[in-house]
Amino acid sequence: MTREELPNLAESKLTALVVDDNFVNQSIHQKLLARLGITNEVVCNGKEAVDAHCSGRNYDLILMDMDMPIMNGIQATKRLREMGIESKIAGVTTRANEGEKKEFMEAGLNDFQEKPLTISKLLSILHKFDFYVQT
Amino acid sequence: MDLVQMQKSLQDYTKSLFLEGILDSQFLQLQQLQDESNPDFVSQVVTLFFQDSDRILNDLSLSLGQQVVDFKKVDPHVHQLKGSSSSIGAQRVKNACVVFRNFCEQQNVEACHRCLQQVKQEYYLVKNRLETLFKLEQQIVASGGMIPAVELGF
Repeated sequence: MTREELPNLAESKLTALVVDDNFVNQSIHQKLLARLGITNEVVCNGKEAVDAHCSGRNYDLILMDMDMPIMNGIQATKRLREMGIESKIAGVTTRANEGEKKEFMEAGLNDFQEKPLTISKLLSILHKFDFYVQT
Repeated sequence: MDLVQMQKSLQDYTKSLFLEGILDSQFLQLQQLQDESNPDFVSQVVTLFFQDSDRILNDLSLSLGQQVVDFKKVDPHVHQLKGSSSSIGAQRVKNACVVFRNFCEQQNVEACHRCLQQVKQEYYLVKNRLETLFKLEQQIVASGGMIPAVELGF
């Protein structure tokens, strides 16, 4: 897909939360979302993601890293589901062995993608969640 | 050197980075994200990568230099570096980190020391090459030209 062919989802007014402790990944994931017209915020670990929700913020989509200090992605996903958060949560991690993937999915993910995240992987996530319909 | 020659040099130089395996397709993903609203996106992210990597490599040197190596400290650093190098397309750095992590799992101190040297070598190589790439781009922009898209053709 060329730069010019990227869909613009700004009209959908989607919101997203990037949860990742790595500044390089934060920057890339935020830019990926912004290029598709998705308003987004970033936090550095699972606890900050939980705190954001406790303060009343809510998001259509959460991109959740697995390995983070203080509270990792598995713990954060479980906690958010316990709180009744129904946002779509996509796990995004470099850990890809079946056992780790299963544990992450069972924590309450709706989808899982292996890093590095690309435009087509993000569109696949959005398509799975019916946020994007390919024409 | 005129503008057309500079643009050709840049294209050839960029292609060589892919052919040598220094960069992979993830770097092209970053370039696709760059636009008029953020024309320096790639260099900004790569600069973040350099800052992050310098810190991690320093921490790794310190951790591996301890009398008793704590692999619970070493492995997460290598994991971080593997993640960020993969995210910017620094393929050889990423691959060196994969090997490094395997030896961390085995708690093989000597092999980890060798791996750290290999990772540093690959990192300084990609850093040097990317800094040259950005200089070439700046020269083209300063001459009033556009950065040509890279056509890899493979």
